[in-house]
Amino acid sequence: MRALTYTSFLGIACLVLEIFNLRKIVVPVVILALLAILGLNFTEWNGSSVSFYNDMLRADNFALAFTGLLIVTAAGLVTMSGSFYDAEETKLADYISVIIFTLCGGIALVSFSNMAMLFIGLEVLSISLYILAGSKRRDIRSNEAAMKYFLMGSFASGILLFGITLVYGATGSFNLAQIAVYASGPNVDPIFTVGVIMILIAMLFKVSAVPFHFWAPDVYEGSPTLTTAMMATLSKVAAMAAFYRLFSVSFVNNFAGFAWILSVVAAMTMLVGNLTALNQDSFKRMLAFSGVAHAGYMLLAIMSLYHNSANALFFYTVAYTFASLGAFAVGISVMKRRKSEKIEAFNGLGKSNPFLAVALTVFMLSMAGIPPLAGFFAKYYVFFEAIKTQHLAVVIVAVITSAISVYYYFKLILAMWTKDSEDIEATTGSMSYVAIAAICLVVTLALGILPSLVPSITQLASK
Amino acid sequence: MLLLVILFLPLVAALAVYLSGNKLAAKVALVAAVAEFGISLVALQHLAHSQFEGLSYTHAWIANPNINFSIACDGLSLLLVLLATFLVPVIILSSFGTEQANARSLYALILLMQFAMIGVFISTDGLLFYIFWELALIPIYFIALLWGQGKDKAFIQTATFKFFVYTLIGSLFMLVAFIFLYTKAGSLSLQSLYGLSLSPMEQLCVALAFFFAFAVKIPVFPFHTWQADTYTEAPTVGTMLLSGIMLKMGLYGLLRWLLPVAPQGVLTLTPYLIVLSVIGVVYGSILAIQQKNIKRLLAYSSFAHVGLIAAGIFSLTNEGLQGAVVQMLAHGVNVVGAFFAGEVILRRTGTLEINQLGGIRSIAPRFATAFIIIVLASVALPTTNAFIGEFLLLFGVFEYNTWLSIVAGLTIILGAVYMLKMYQYVMLGEKRATVSAFPDLTASELAVFAILIAAIFVCGVYPKPIMEIAQPALSEILKHTLG
Repeated sequence: MRALTYTSFLGIACLVLEIFNLRKIVVPVVILALLAILGLNFTEWNGSSVSFYNDMLRADNFALAFTGLLIVTAAGLVTMSGSFYDAEETKLADYISVIIFTLCGGIALVSFSNMAMLFIGLEVLSISLYILAGSKRRDIRSNEAAMKYFLMGSFASGILLFGITLVYGATGSFNLAQIAVYASGPNVDPIFTVGVIMILIAMLFKVSAVPFHFWAPDVYEGSPTLTTAMMATLSKVAAMAAFYRLFSVSFVNNFAGFAWILSVVAAMTMLVGNLTALNQDSFKRMLAFSGVAHAGYMLLAIMSLYHNSANALFFYTVAYTFASLGAFAVGISVMKRRKSEKIEAFNGLGKSNPFLAVALTVFMLSMAGIPPLAGFFAKYYVFFEAIKTQHLAVVIVAVITSAISVYYYFKLILAMWTKDSEDIEATTGSMSYVAIAAICLVVTLALGILPSLVPSITQLASK
Repeated sequence: MLLLVILFLPLVAALAVYLSGNKLAAKVALVAAVAEFGISLVALQHLAHSQFEGLSYTHAWIANPNINFSIACDGLSLLLVLLATFLVPVIILSSFGTEQANARSLYALILLMQFAMIGVFISTDGLLFYIFWELALIPIYFIALLWGQGKDKAFIQTATFKFFVYTLIGSLFMLVAFIFLYTKAGSLSLQSLYGLSLSPMEQLCVALAFFFAFAVKIPVFPFHTWQADTYTEAPTVGTMLLSGIMLKMGLYGLLRWLLPVAPQGVLTLTPYLIVLSVIGVVYGSILAIQQKNIKRLLAYSSFAHVGLIAAGIFSLTNEGLQGAVVQMLAHGVNVVGAFFAGEVILRRTGTLEINQLGGIRSIAPRFATAFIIIVLASVALPTTNAFIGEFLLLFGVFEYNTWLSIVAGLTIILGAVYMLKMYQYVMLGEKRATVSAFPDLTASELAVFAILIAAIFVCGVYPKPIMEIAQPALSEILKHTLG
């Protein structure tokens, strides 16, 4: 679990670079450092799953795999931040260090083995995001987004803390393994169940599942787009993984009672997310609702909790992260040039910049789950787990909503390829956006053709 | 190896075409497509001499769930592969002489589509089949959307989108069925699915899910509403790909994946399915009679013809299946010819409205001769390829139920009505203003008609080899279906 330590240092190092006025090299240095940490992270792969700091963290394959994904996501975001914050050069190092601290929170969230660490991780992640959401000080929508996000987030944190306290009251421990022992014992206190339900609500809040999703669209729309990208990818993936980790370790024996709640929530999340996305004319809002819908598909993996579904969840998050990150890279590049966040801003992109248009088309098709792209296998795996655990009805809902989702993804595709725009000059976009889009494109195609490239992470759950 | 080459050559060619630039794209595509046809003839020779090495290939692909990249080619698959490899060069040749915007993308998409369709015909693993099935949808969607012929761009978008979503919904149910089958069988290879024993209820659900996916693609009544608009709005090359080859994917799916995998479900549903198919035959013919636009008329006629093929398949008799195979090939050739005739008229007059045309025969005799042969083949005149196919199909339906076969037999009479009426209005009679300058066929157009007409007569006079090649595969399918 050295990744967490080194990333924390990296965050501080960023600020130090700023002091020494080395702002220019901060982006390349951070990217290289993140890649080095990524390499280090995987030296522990398939290790003995050691625990750290009195069993606060545990470096099993589940934790390492998600840590890897989060580091890659953060590296992508840092790459784009160089050109995204070009108007505010003086603050670049600050922003990057906050991104790195978000990553620290995320790493803690995917590798905790103690409730206290879960809470700390979630707070580190959230507080960094509150800052970033409000980072456009003079933009009223950015302020609104930060405020909303902060209020809703602290509300959720409060509920989580309350739930943790009740569980502690019943079990006398914060340790996941010890809670699991209590939970599988003969006498389970009703307080324990209430506590678990509160934790469940807080987690649903964080992953923006229906009916706790209402904050997401406003916050996504108001925040600076790079921060939106971060909420949609890094923060959502970390929260989803934490959700899974908590339930698969501690509450797996009492899970039957919660599975039906989750299946209803998943079905509603897919329905509401996809149906509301239909009517959006803003790119960011559309992706926000599509992100809500994707949370629903990921919940299918959590709902069918058993040893293989961690793999399904991991694959889904990988496919989703790369498609979203790529879509945001293209989106930022286009919206910056056309100075509009509407879907009309993408009109005629097929002519003015075919590469970006092809890339965005592939990301949309992947999110819609069309083979042979990564998103298809992502859906295939989660459907597979759900059918295996007898949740056929939810899968039918998922199938129908998948077909609905095509409608809004294609709105964007149609805008790019069939509508004309007055702005016919080649939209070149900054190199960093193009590079991220290219990398995401390659990954999305490669995972669609060779899904086995994503390693199996089931070492954790078999314990 | 041979089969791998057949599968991947179009993909490589698509890349080469894209890189060769707009000027050379059409020629490179044609050379590649002809080479592909040549290689598939080699495969035919191997099969005819019972040399099966090279005609199947399996490679481990995904470990968990256990999915193999496995392809194989028996007589049935090979005939459809041949249909695809024969028609694609013809379709490419048919577009010669017209300026295509962004030609390299168009021809690359055509070859990409060929790749996917061949993949559908030779996959022997369910998930692989599904992936190719969906992959075929993407190029044709963009071909129809971006090179569409209609004047109203918004309508093209609606029509093509309807087509996409409609087929996607059908396919998604097939995906659920496949996942369900996997949880039962632990594999999606054809052998393990054929050997699976499911309860009658499970079979019924699987059969319905598969039928829905295939019925949209074919299309079977009442899932046909996307068809006429898409056929009319798409560029003619797209319409040819759709009607000539792509809808055969659905019919092939019925034969390979529906009948033997869920036989009891099929037997329960047969009475309904065959009636739906026959309704499509009559309904399509009646709609065709009323059409004023040549492409729409041909779209509905195609709907009627494939309805008969579906009915023949659901008759579950050897004759019905044989007829289905022969007619799939015949319909592919004839419908491409008919749409090409429409395209020739459109290029010269700028319209496809029947009441604005007339008297073309007097100034373009060669075109008139070619067109009448295509028309007669479409109405199944003896010695043309469709005759033997429709005869066998009706015979199959007759064995199932006499009355149904009589109703289905109307297709021949009604088909003659709308095809000959269309020919009469468009080609004969008084010369109209729109056709005042109607040059006769160019060399490349003549070549397209000559190739198609040769195929019509060769298959019409001597269809025995086709039936012999298909027979072992069809016997196998019937054995699994009827137990």
